[in-house]
Amino acid sequence: MADETDKMPAAEEIAPVIEPGYTYASITDKISAIVLTRPTPLLWYVGFGISFVFVLILLFAVTYLLTEGVGIWGINIPVAWGFAIVNFVWWIGIGHAGTLISAILLLLRQKWRNSINRFAEAMTLFAVMCAGLFPLLHLGRPWYFYWLFPYPSTMDIQPQFRSPLVWDVFAVSTYFTVSLLFWYVGLIPDLATLRDRARQRFPRFAYGMLAMGWRGSAIHWHRYETAYLLLAGLATPLVVSVHTVVSFDFAIGLVPGWHSTIFPPYFVAGAIYSGFAMVLTLAIPLRKVYGLEDFITLRHLKNMGEVMLATGLIVAYGYLMEGFMAWYSGNPYERYLMFSRMHGLYRYMFWALLLFNIVIPQALWFLRVRTSPLALFIIAICVNIGMWLERYVIVVVSLARDFMPSAWGTYSGTIWDYAIFIGTIGLFLALMLVFVRLLPMISIFEMRGLLHDEEGAEAARPPEA
Amino acid sequence: MAQIFHRSTNTISRVSIFGGVAVLLALLAAVAAINRSSYLTEVRVARAQPVQFSHKHHVSDDGIDCRYCHTSVENSSFAGIPSTKICMNCHTQIWADSPILEPVRASFRTGKSLEWTRVHNLPGFVYFDHSIHVSKGVGCSTCHGRVDQMPLMSRANTLYMEWCLECHRAPERFVRPREQVFNMEWQAPEDQLALGQRLVREYRIQKLTSCSVCHR
Amino acid sequence: MPDKKSYRENSPLDAVREKLGSLSGERYWRGLEELSESEEFELFLGEEFPQGIGAYSDIGRRDFIKFIGASLALAGLSGCGRAAPADEKIVPYVTQPEGWVPGKPLFYATAFTHNGAATGLLVRSHEGRPVKIEGNLAHPDSLGAADAFAQASILTLYDPDRSQVVTNGGAITTWNAFLAALEGEMEGQRLNGGAGLRILTEHVTSPTLADQLRALLTRFPRAKWHQYEPAGRDNAFAGARLAFGEYVDAQYRFSDADVILALDADFLSCGGGRLRWAREIAARRRVRGGKGDMSRLYSVEAAPTTTGAVSDHRLALRPSDIVAFTRALAARLGAGSGGDAKALPTAAATWLDAVARDLESQRGRSLVIAGDYAPVLVHALAHAMNQALGNAGKTVSYTQTVAAEPVDGIASLRELVKDIDAGQVASLIILGGNPVFDAPADIPFERSLPRVAFTVHLGLYDDETSARCRWHLPEAHYLESWSDARASDGTATIVQPLIAPLYSGKTAHEIVAVLLGQSGRSGHEIVRDYWRRQSRGEFETFWRKSLHDGVVDGTAFPAKTVNVRSGAKFESQLPGSSAKSAEPENKEVLEIVFRPDPTIFDGRFANNGWLQELPKPLTKLTWDNAVLVSPKTAERLGFEQKIGTTGGERGRIFVDVAELTYAGVKIRAPVWIAPGHADGAATVLFGYGRTRAGRVGDRVGFNAYLLRRSDAPWQDAGLMLRKTGSQYPLACTQYHHNMEGRELVRSAALEEYRKRPDFARDKEHSNETLYPGVSYESYAWGMAIDTSACIGCNACVIACQAENNIPVVGKTEVTRGREMHWLRIDRYYKGSLDEPETFHQPVPCMHCENAPCEIVCPVGATTHSQEGLNEMAYNRCVGTRYCSNNCPYKVRRFNFLQYADFDTPSFKLLHNPNVTVRSRGVMEKCTYCVQRINAARIDAEKEGRRVRDGEVQTACQAACPAEAIVFGDINDRGSHVAKLKSDLLNYGLLTDLNTRPRTTYLATVRNPNPELKKT
Repeated sequence: MADETDKMPAAEEIAPVIEPGYTYASITDKISAIVLTRPTPLLWYVGFGISFVFVLILLFAVTYLLTEGVGIWGINIPVAWGFAIVNFVWWIGIGHAGTLISAILLLLRQKWRNSINRFAEAMTLFAVMCAGLFPLLHLGRPWYFYWLFPYPSTMDIQPQFRSPLVWDVFAVSTYFTVSLLFWYVGLIPDLATLRDRARQRFPRFAYGMLAMGWRGSAIHWHRYETAYLLLAGLATPLVVSVHTVVSFDFAIGLVPGWHSTIFPPYFVAGAIYSGFAMVLTLAIPLRKVYGLEDFITLRHLKNMGEVMLATGLIVAYGYLMEGFMAWYSGNPYERYLMFSRMHGLYRYMFWALLLFNIVIPQALWFLRVRTSPLALFIIAICVNIGMWLERYVIVVVSLARDFMPSAWGTYSGTIWDYAIFIGTIGLFLALMLVFVRLLPMISIFEMRGLLHDEEGAEAARPPEA
Repeated sequence: MAQIFHRSTNTISRVSIFGGVAVLLALLAAVAAINRSSYLTEVRVARAQPVQFSHKHHVSDDGIDCRYCHTSVENSSFAGIPSTKICMNCHTQIWADSPILEPVRASFRTGKSLEWTRVHNLPGFVYFDHSIHVSKGVGCSTCHGRVDQMPLMSRANTLYMEWCLECHRAPERFVRPREQVFNMEWQAPEDQLALGQRLVREYRIQKLTSCSVCHR
Repeated sequence: MPDKKSYRENSPLDAVREKLGSLSGERYWRGLEELSESEEFELFLGEEFPQGIGAYSDIGRRDFIKFIGASLALAGLSGCGRAAPADEKIVPYVTQPEGWVPGKPLFYATAFTHNGAATGLLVRSHEGRPVKIEGNLAHPDSLGAADAFAQASILTLYDPDRSQVVTNGGAITTWNAFLAALEGEMEGQRLNGGAGLRILTEHVTSPTLADQLRALLTRFPRAKWHQYEPAGRDNAFAGARLAFGEYVDAQYRFSDADVILALDADFLSCGGGRLRWAREIAARRRVRGGKGDMSRLYSVEAAPTTTGAVSDHRLALRPSDIVAFTRALAARLGAGSGGDAKALPTAAATWLDAVARDLESQRGRSLVIAGDYAPVLVHALAHAMNQALGNAGKTVSYTQTVAAEPVDGIASLRELVKDIDAGQVASLIILGGNPVFDAPADIPFERSLPRVAFTVHLGLYDDETSARCRWHLPEAHYLESWSDARASDGTATIVQPLIAPLYSGKTAHEIVAVLLGQSGRSGHEIVRDYWRRQSRGEFETFWRKSLHDGVVDGTAFPAKTVNVRSGAKFESQLPGSSAKSAEPENKEVLEIVFRPDPTIFDGRFANNGWLQELPKPLTKLTWDNAVLVSPKTAERLGFEQKIGTTGGERGRIFVDVAELTYAGVKIRAPVWIAPGHADGAATVLFGYGRTRAGRVGDRVGFNAYLLRRSDAPWQDAGLMLRKTGSQYPLACTQYHHNMEGRELVRSAALEEYRKRPDFARDKEHSNETLYPGVSYESYAWGMAIDTSACIGCNACVIACQAENNIPVVGKTEVTRGREMHWLRIDRYYKGSLDEPETFHQPVPCMHCENAPCEIVCPVGATTHSQEGLNEMAYNRCVGTRYCSNNCPYKVRRFNFLQYADFDTPSFKLLHNPNVTVRSRGVMEKCTYCVQRINAARIDAEKEGRRVRDGEVQTACQAACPAEAIVFGDINDRGSHVAKLKSDLLNYGLLTDLNTRPRTTYLATVRNPNPELKKT
């Protein structure tokens, strides 16, 4: 993606990263107004209402789960992991785009990141929250979750550090902490702006508290830049590490279909893939509803489409390699697994995931598709589904067809599996909506900065153009 | 426009940031402390018993051997709680009509057992065997403390797993000669380690730290 | 040999008994009740879960002293929430009984009667609670082994559904009220010599009871004693009489037989001597180090059985063809006429030639067996053939029958009903059995019963028969009773109680005593009195010794010499040929075969959760019976079965429901496709469809007795099987029967084995590693399982369940693939589905030295012990289930819900105090019975020695009749297990994964007849 800038000339014609005709003030007005002055759109209430219902479903399902046990799910022996782990991996994957956009693109000096990084980061946080629920809930005895942390226990025993699940605990919690800090630090200047523009006392007070006395002095800006850059540097390896560790949950195991060295790279790619898909899924409606087409321009959508295309191809390569290795290794278990993926009870899922993750996204080769919000939206949805199916196939089919034919079994989710899954989706959307309502979903000061650069570019351009 | 925050808030915020961290650590420390406090471990907390039985009196004053009452300590996992009969062996003669012993006599008359409150109470999933510890030179007082100095019975140790492991990981630090096992006065000599290592060899004492040794 | 004490008269459990007696059914049994509800149909998830998040509780171990205390409060026991209850009471004895050490188990010898003979048992009792049943080494029919029925019977003892009160017309009354009524009744009877008095029992093998009944008949000369048992040995009796003109029992000696032909005989899992026979067969078929020879086992049968599964050649024939086959063979061997091979299918004919030649080549060293349920003619001809082959006196001898008064049960029942209808019966005393439920459909016992004025039913349960009788008396379980019983060879055992009756039940002895006017005599006196009359010499020593040993010396029957009358006349003497052949032209019409269910038998174990959930040999079905048909027949009639999406191959299988039409009766039943079943026949398993069995057994399966007729109790033609279009989910624990070329079971024919003794090693992978190996200094426990010895009888599975407090989960959970058995028996087929070669493979935890489960547990709940055990610390487990995912053998079991029953007081008495009762959310698995290892190690250490070879026996090993499972210390080169592991047949499962399993297998070697090349 480093060569984006070389492609830019072509891109310039499509759309700038910010439509012309904006002043520093107008940008600030437009964005902060969403939070402070403009009446909340009806769609917001509708969306929030629906997602809140799902949140209630989640609460109910979780309560029931805690009273009865994980037996209310479809899991069994041999398939002892089901929806919980599938959803966990799915959500974590989605949680990748934010930090990637913020950190890596920042380091790569990608201007187009500025208008999407803020809510991408928020999305990351909320996705990781949803993800974090599952490892906890899927425990047989969740009330002992703290045994996974090293602490001076009266039993004088520690976690078993060879287990990837312990690595998960650290990877995910670190990732969440850093993302949170990153997001919050990035918010501070805008919080100050809101503090200053808010009229009623309470918002001013609240934003004020969060702004931590930001006065926008040169020294503040200097500190800010350093801190932000440092955090970006800190976050960058995490983008890779988290999903690598998650992939270890499988790669370390010797289950055919899990025990594979290609998992880390291809999980990371898949994560970014699904992450960007989710960003698009959110960005496209948001820009429409809040009329932010000028800030989140076709240029952004197009670039994200390109990232998806690239990562999608890496994922495709991953699938290919799995298949090839199953054949080439001559390992009977791997071979049989591949066979049953393609022809077994779950073949529909397998072919569906190929369709959603590989075939359909190939449309992104076409500029017309990349620049059509609707097309992008549909593809993004497909990829979201496809990535979920991918995890389902990896987790369930592998377990259902491992070494001892006598112990082969099958799995399907119960209503409680589904309830908790859609519940987390509801939670995610609800949090997202609260965020766009209370905080600037686009980084105001960075857009101002962008405007400054754009003007520079404007001046540089020959008159006849 | 008017300032909503006084200058002092700067200081306050700075303090609270570092204060917060401190408070968090303090909390964790507190939890750890409470876990090991006698409030939870019941160490040196005497329980109400149907009869105010004094080990001190019976052991140090009367010099009765542990095994007179705890009959199965050498050949069973369970040390054995004396039947009313055993109490009455003596108390038909001595203190035959002391009011304190009325519950015992009542039990003997009615055939209705005394209900003692368990002092050394392990969780259900812990399987402890007295006989093997005794035969490997673990003294009564090593775990139960100076019972001969307890007017009312109470725990001398936490019975936490970490406590068990102290000995299971390094038995030489605690074992004593077999003939000293029931001796309450026995004190570890200065060269306990030397002695211990000798006994570990002699008694073929293993460092049994596998889970299944205690948990099944 | 653990020390055995004879029974203490005053059991310390009186208080418990009273308490239990007074408890009402609803208060306990929450868990299983909901399970049993969920059997018939799929309940909405929410409704079927046992309540409560139980923390670890091993009540029983810790609280035993509470039980002992006279002031017992069961309330205090209910589901202890905290690991260590704050205020736990210790309630010592007031006066401690002699020779009892708290915390030490005691062992008592007794016997369990089943299939018309007794199995000698050794019962382990903790603090007065019988907890585990093992075989009695000294007993001829046990030799240390015990089968699934015997071991599971302990669950029946504690079954809270057992009848607990005397009822009169359904109303609760007292024993004394009954006594009064009965004595009044007997007064009346004495006047007319008992003309109106009838006693109905099952086949009586108890000498004392037989003696009492004979006495009764002398006291009431005109009274009659009837015997009926749905799965009785009627045909065997009739066959013997047809052949020899008198009733005899055949005593087989498989150890001396080189060629064995089983005619419709599943002798490895039914018949009094089954355990001994299994051991003898295994012993004669054990080859080691590339040498040794084996006996050859042929079997001819319709439905696949455990015997057929292990035999070298199995011929699946319709029942009618089996008769034809037998006649042809008899003719061929000069033991009868009128039979020829023409009637048979060509395959069968060639088979017959080979078998005949083989038998003749081994005159005097061969053996022909007819199964208890085979037609009378087959029995008679089998006897004739043995005589013709000169086997009589060599591989088979004859003795008087174990049954005290052998009769044709069905005829006896028919006569009883005739008398009732003729109004000749005034009072009917039913001692045990459940004739209302299990009488043949054409004998209207239920309808006639009300015509008897005074009816009494003595039974363990308030069952179908009790409901139709005026009086019901709770029967004492055999573990609560004084009695006696005979082994198949006549050896008597004194049955002594391990616990005073929990529900103040009575024994048949006590009832008959009342009839004899000796009311108030205890079973103890009666039995002692009988044996005092039998014993020579000083009685007390004789009595104590008999009780202690579990066998009465010198009571085995002497052999009789009997001669077969010419086999020619057998057919002519038969009332009606007991096997009609199906009209070949009508493809819809099948032959029907009736067999008792392999796990709940004739229905008497219907309320036993362990047996209900025990996967049936070969079909691996649980919680249901089905109609078994061959794949071909199923295809012809369009029956199919498909796997469900949850549980699936280990769980829910949807099968077609058929409408069975036979002898004018129609019933609906699920159809199961059984590879290896004879074409053109269907096997119907009876015992299910109970309506008053209890909360576990009610409304489970279908009632096949509705089809069963007295003129053809075991087999007949004229069954119509029609597809109804509806489907039914069956709970099957193993559906996938193909090894997918994974060499899990390895087998060879004897010659091949002689040529290449190491054939099993071909696929072994040497796993070199750069890491230094771990050395196990003290002990290194290991197990070797001989797959050629295993007969798949399930004894080990139940032994494991009993020893390790393994919960019952119910049908719905089994259909979800969540059954909890630590030890499963895998069944694989080789070859065509029509005549497959069958293999059994018991799969416990492999205790891998490189255990994949250990490295993935985040909390270190499953670890490796210094002795090489792969351990599971339940109380550390948080339930990530990662270990199970990573276990290539899938031997780990997870408590998805609260399966263990913490609520039922009587089940707390059942729990093995040395094993933690697992609560919801934790993983569990085979531990190699580590509690036994620890006990043995402690004993050894106290005596300053090493644990001796054979000192530690795992529960499965102890139970195995075929000695297929051997456990021990592989560091000790001399140990049995070490020797086996060094044998050429030894191999490991999935060793290419470098798991280094401690459990290994000995490959199967079979001894096929070179003349018969398998297809």
